[in-house]
Amino acid sequence: MSATTYVEAVRQGLWEEMTRDEDVFVLGEDVGVYGGAFKVTAGFLDQFGEERVLDTPLCESAIVGAAIGAALMGMRPVAEMQFADFISCAFDQITNFAAKCRYRWGAGVPLVIRGPSGGGIHGGPFHSQNPEMYFVHTPGLKVVAPSTAYDAKGLIKSAVRDEDPVLFFEHKYLYRRVKEELPSEEFLVPIGKADVKRTGGDISVVTYGAMVHNALEAAEVLAGDGVELEVVDLRTLVPLDKATVLESVKKTGKVILLHEDTRTGGFAGELAAVIAEEVFEYLDGPVMRITAPDTPIPYSPPLEEFFLPKTSDVIRVARHLAAY
Amino acid sequence: MNLSQDQLRSMYRTMVSIRNFEETVKQAFAKGHIPGFVHLYVGEEAIATGVCSALRASDTITSTHRGHGHCIAKGCDMNSMMAEIYGKATGLCKGKGGSMHIADVGKGMLGANGIVGGGPPLACGAGLTSVVTGSGDVCACFFGDGACEQGTFHESANLAAIWNLPVIFVAENNGYAQSTPASYHCAIENIAERAASYGIPGAVVDGSDVFAVHEAAVEAVKRARAGQGPSLLECKTYRHHGHFEGDQQTYKDDLYKSVSQGKDSIRDFRALVTQHGWFTSEELDAIDGEARQAVEEALAYAESSPLPGVEEVTSDVYVSYP
Repeated sequence: MSATTYVEAVRQGLWEEMTRDEDVFVLGEDVGVYGGAFKVTAGFLDQFGEERVLDTPLCESAIVGAAIGAALMGMRPVAEMQFADFISCAFDQITNFAAKCRYRWGAGVPLVIRGPSGGGIHGGPFHSQNPEMYFVHTPGLKVVAPSTAYDAKGLIKSAVRDEDPVLFFEHKYLYRRVKEELPSEEFLVPIGKADVKRTGGDISVVTYGAMVHNALEAAEVLAGDGVELEVVDLRTLVPLDKATVLESVKKTGKVILLHEDTRTGGFAGELAAVIAEEVFEYLDGPVMRITAPDTPIPYSPPLEEFFLPKTSDVIRVARHLAAY
Repeated sequence: MNLSQDQLRSMYRTMVSIRNFEETVKQAFAKGHIPGFVHLYVGEEAIATGVCSALRASDTITSTHRGHGHCIAKGCDMNSMMAEIYGKATGLCKGKGGSMHIADVGKGMLGANGIVGGGPPLACGAGLTSVVTGSGDVCACFFGDGACEQGTFHESANLAAIWNLPVIFVAENNGYAQSTPASYHCAIENIAERAASYGIPGAVVDGSDVFAVHEAAVEAVKRARAGQGPSLLECKTYRHHGHFEGDQQTYKDDLYKSVSQGKDSIRDFRALVTQHGWFTSEELDAIDGEARQAVEEALAYAESSPLPGVEEVTSDVYVSYP
């Protein structure tokens, strides 16, 4: 069996869900004839037909709004944002309508809004962002950000089946860079469940998305120095799997919170508060954050390189923390 | 035609500069010298040229992700443009923006824009300022057929109409929103027909005919400057290359490809002006050579410029931050 890439895993997951449930359909810019800008929906038009694979004009607000309307009527739409950055154009539909439908009306809108986020490809300020926190802060939305092909496939399938609106951020740097062999039988990965990607007793690194791989690389290096990192991959930001995070921190007593998103108002701040409130007495050192700085993401490669958190940052901070 | 020799020479220089610049970017990109992605303006040169040649220096423009041509036509420095595309410290945005974000506000170029449909609202703001200050300046707002389906376009066209703003909406209809044909994404054949719904004039012109574009732009600018409000100018055009460099363009049908190949605004310009005896081929060749040299210099400038220092990551987020 050959290894499956992250992007192919998303494609397979969607394909299986569309095969399983004919209420599932995809819509977005260039998703049909072209197969999607990143080819997530390649072959879908031929397989499922133009009633279930809908090319749209460039109109993110209408794409999401139409998905909400269809979901209200019992359909299961999966809307693609060509780049996650463009989700800002649909902000009102997501935060005012999708997020609050159930609360206001008691009517659920089971829809998925998915798209490629993140930097590392020199996409510049409007094609590299990590917009998850706008939606983490909006009650009523679930927010998912897988780091591996297995999780991407299992989570997109769960997202399609979820009764609530799910924001599904695929890290585009990982699309063709990570791959693994996937089970031939069907599997799901539950939303709201973190995964310990590496166990270790000295320092917990709580992270998600592309940074999971930096944490794992750092863990490999530090193991040579006798420092064992435990890498907790959140996989889902909302709902947060507090139990897994707190269990890890209780065990290690030290924690690094790592994300590619910018610092202020980033998810690390929320995690730090939860840890301080609930397991303060277990801590043997300061809660440390590693994040991008509070700036837009720059285009020029050396600037982008500086902006993005790196494996070397994790190693440096872990050594600092290990000394406590 | 009411164009002086100098104007004609300048228009020709602009078109060949754009063509040269873009073909040079294409080659540099193919060699892996340019990070990120680039969207080329080859085939659409006559639009930026025809419109910007109807503007004065203090007028403004807004642009798109396919913005190199607009920048050149509005007088942006090609050295700094190329440096920006290379991500160099000497770039117009110090390397922070790249191809899709080139701006030079001092030149009235209010920015290429990586968000489709991002420009029209900005154009309203530029137009409003002109009205408030009484400057008499106009804003030409370039956008593609894809952007016409964004709410921002409709909101802006209506706003400009009710406030009677000096804005020229220039729809560059190259037939495709990335891969999606305009015949699919737009319910009507001519985007310009939408002008009626905002109560403003709309016109369709051949976007490969720089004279037709210029003439229509002059008319729209005249109206705008006279306080008669916005216009919508649709330029039918053809994108000779992909949506971005590396695009396989499998979606382009044979008709598009063959018509596209037959369209060349520079060739047509040359034929017309030599036919009338306004210029000799040798004179035009000389301009070609100058343009080529200027682009070569821009390339050398970009290649030899330093990369930005990492201290630039945190500069210019705010004017001051205690």
